[in-house]
Amino acid sequence: MLAATDIFTASFTWLIDDWGKLDTWIVITGALAAMACAIPGSFLVLRRQSMMGDALTHTVLPGIVAAFLLSHYLKTTGWISTDPADPHKAFDATSYTFMFGGALLTGVLTAILTEWVSRRGGVENSAALGVVYTSMFAVGLLTIRLAADSVHIDPDCVLYGNLESVWGGSDQVPRAAWVSGGCLVFNIAMAGCFFKELRISTFDPALATTLGINATLIDYALMGVTAATAVAAFESVGNILVIAMLIVPAATAHLLTDRLWVMLLLAAIIAASTAAIGHVMALSLPPVLMAPFAEQPLLSGVPIDSLDASTSGMMAAAAGGLFVAALFLAPRHGVLVRIGHRFRLSIRISAEDLLGTLYRQDETSRDIPLQTGRRTFAQRYATWRLRRQRLILHSSGQLELTAAGRHAARKLIRAHRLWESYMARHFDVPADHLHETAHKVEHYLDPELRDQLAHELDTPDTDPHGREIPDD
Amino acid sequence: MTDGPQTATPPPDEHARHPSSAPLAIHDMTVAYHRRPVLWDIDYDAPPGKLTAIVGPNGSGKTTLIKAAVDLVPRASGDVRFFGSAYHKVRHRVGYVPQRGSVDWDFPVNALDVVAMGLYKQIGWFRPVTRRYRDQAMHYLERVGMADYAARQISQLSGGQQQRVFLARALSQQADVYLMDEPFVGVDAATERAIVVILQELREAGKSALVVHHDLQTVPEYFDHVLLLNMRMVATGPISDVFTPENLRATYGGKLALLDQVGHRMTLNQGRS
Repeated sequence: MLAATDIFTASFTWLIDDWGKLDTWIVITGALAAMACAIPGSFLVLRRQSMMGDALTHTVLPGIVAAFLLSHYLKTTGWISTDPADPHKAFDATSYTFMFGGALLTGVLTAILTEWVSRRGGVENSAALGVVYTSMFAVGLLTIRLAADSVHIDPDCVLYGNLESVWGGSDQVPRAAWVSGGCLVFNIAMAGCFFKELRISTFDPALATTLGINATLIDYALMGVTAATAVAAFESVGNILVIAMLIVPAATAHLLTDRLWVMLLLAAIIAASTAAIGHVMALSLPPVLMAPFAEQPLLSGVPIDSLDASTSGMMAAAAGGLFVAALFLAPRHGVLVRIGHRFRLSIRISAEDLLGTLYRQDETSRDIPLQTGRRTFAQRYATWRLRRQRLILHSSGQLELTAAGRHAARKLIRAHRLWESYMARHFDVPADHLHETAHKVEHYLDPELRDQLAHELDTPDTDPHGREIPDD
Repeated sequence: MTDGPQTATPPPDEHARHPSSAPLAIHDMTVAYHRRPVLWDIDYDAPPGKLTAIVGPNGSGKTTLIKAAVDLVPRASGDVRFFGSAYHKVRHRVGYVPQRGSVDWDFPVNALDVVAMGLYKQIGWFRPVTRRYRDQAMHYLERVGMADYAARQISQLSGGQQQRVFLARALSQQADVYLMDEPFVGVDAATERAIVVILQELREAGKSALVVHHDLQTVPEYFDHVLLLNMRMVATGPISDVFTPENLRATYGGKLALLDQVGHRMTLNQGRS
C-alpha cells in the first residue's frame, strides 16, 4: 500500500510541481471517505430521503458528544483502560468505538423520532425531520458548550473537518484513512450482503413486508449505517462535505445508468474522482483566480503563488461540477441528448416535407412555391443531405426528385392521404381542415401503421380530396 | 354493527364458523385511519378456487380491505386467516399485487429485476439472484407476453406493460391466493385480455384471486363471485345471486352518511380521552 502511494505521488508530481506525500494522503483519505458515503447515499437518493442525509450529519452530534463524554468518564474513573503511551490523549481507539456506537444509535433514534413526530403530530415527513434534527443538533451544541471545560472538542473541526492535517509526516498510514477505509469496506460488505433486501425495500416496501422482509427494520439499519458513515467521514472531510458526498455522487450516478449495481459502482467512482479533482483544484485554482488582482492594495504582500483553498470545499465544488456535466451529457436523460434528438427529428421532418412538396409539384405539374422567406438551418441542412443522398437533383435552378427520391416521397404521401381518409371517416372534420393534422402525423406513421390504416379503410385508392393514394 | 368495534382477539370457538379451507377468512374486522373507521365489521369467507371481484365506490375501503388482510394496515379489531392460519405463518401462499402507482417507476431496475423480486423469499437472505432465478423470472415474463421487454428500464414501459410486470412478479411468488389492487386500471385492451387469461389459468390451477375492480360492466364476464363493499359489506356471493340492481344501488347509492357521522364522533371523543 505504501509503495502504491509512492507511485501515486510520482504521477501527480508530474501534474503539479510541489505535489508531496501529504497531498497523496489527502486525496486517498478524501476518496475513501467520499466512497464510503456514496454507498448509503445512493439508497437515500433512491428513497427520496436526501434530506435525511443532511439531518443525520447534524443529529449525530449529541450522540458522539455523549458517547465521548461517557468514554472519558469511564476512563477517568478507571473502568476502562487508557492508552498506556499517552494517558491524557483525548481520542484513542476506545473513544472512537464509543463514538461510532453513539452515532449509530442516534441515527436510528432520528429515524424513529421523525416517524413518531410525523405520525403523532400529523405533519408531513420533512417537517417532522426539520423539528427533530434542529432540536437534536441544538442539544449537541449545548452539550459541547457545557463539557468544554473538562474535555477539548472543537466544534469547527466537526463542521469543516481537517483534511489538510491528515498526515503527520511519519511513514505510517494515517488514522483517518484507516477509519474511512474500514467504513468503506463495511459499507461495501453491507450493500453486497443485503443487496436484494435493500433493493426491494427501497423500491417496494409494501411487497418487501408481505414477503417477510421487514422494510422498517432495513430503513432503521440504513439510517444507523448512514450516521456511522457520517461520523467516520467527519474528521477528515467535515460535516458539510459529508452531506455533499452522501447525495451528489449518488444523484450524478442515477443520471448515468438504469441499473442499481452500476449506480452504486459509478457513485463510488465519481466520489473518488471528486477527491482527486477537488484537491488539484484546491492547489491550482486560487493562484490562477487571484492573479488578476495581484496589484490590488488589499492583496499587497500576499504570496499569490502559494495560495490554496480548502480541499473539502473544492471536493464539494468538484462533485457539483460533475453533476452538472452529467446533467448535460447523460446518455438517456441528458440535456444534450435530448437537444440532439429534437434536432435530428426536425431535420427528418424538413427533409420529408421537401420530398412531399416536390412530389405534389410533379403530380399537378405546376410549380408550388417551395418556401417563402428565410429557410431555417434545419431546412437548408435537409436539402443538402437529400442532394448528397441523391434523392433530389438541382437542375436549371429547380429542385427535382430522382427515382429514389420519388420512391421515398410516395411513402410519405401515402401516410398523409391515408390519415386524411381515416380522419374523414371517423371524425366530423371539414375537408379543408384535414391537411393540417395529416401534415403533422404523416412523419410518425411507420409501414406497419400505414398498412393497418389501409386495411381498416378497405385499401382506398383516393383520399377525401379525390387525389390518388400511392402504393408503398 | 350497533355494538361498535370488538375486542382484538376473538375467542377460538368464534372461528369455527369460518371454514379452514377458505383462502381468506375475515372475522369481524374493523379498520380505522387516524382513529376514524373506514371499514366496519367485515365478516367474510372467500370461496376457494374462484375469481372474486371486490366492488364498491371510491373511498369504500376496497384497498384498505386488502392491505389490512396482509397486515400492511393495522386492524382496529377482528382477525384474518388465510387457509385457516395467521398471515405471518402462510405468507408464501399469499400473493399481493399493489396498485401500479405505489412505486417509483424511475427506480434503476429493469423488468426482469422486478419480476425476480417475487422470488426473493425463496432465494433467502444473503444469497444473490443467480442465473437459475433469472431464468425463472424470465419464464413468468414470457407468460404475460413481456419477454421482449426484460431488459427495459421500467419507466420505459407503457402503463399496461408495467401492470403485466407486476402480474408476472405475483405469479413468480407461486401463491395459492392472490390479492390484486386494481390491476385493470389504466391498461390497454391487450393487457386487459392478458390479465383475464392469467386469472382464468390461475383458477384452472385451483387457485383463488380477489381483485379490486372498477368496471361494473365486465364483472360478470371476468369473475365468478363478487364482494360488494361500502365501508361495510353490502353483499357477497356468486355473481348470479348477488350482482343485482338492488344490491348495486345499496352499494353505490348514498354514501351511508350515518356510518360516516358515527366515525367522526368516535374520532372526536377518542381524541379527547
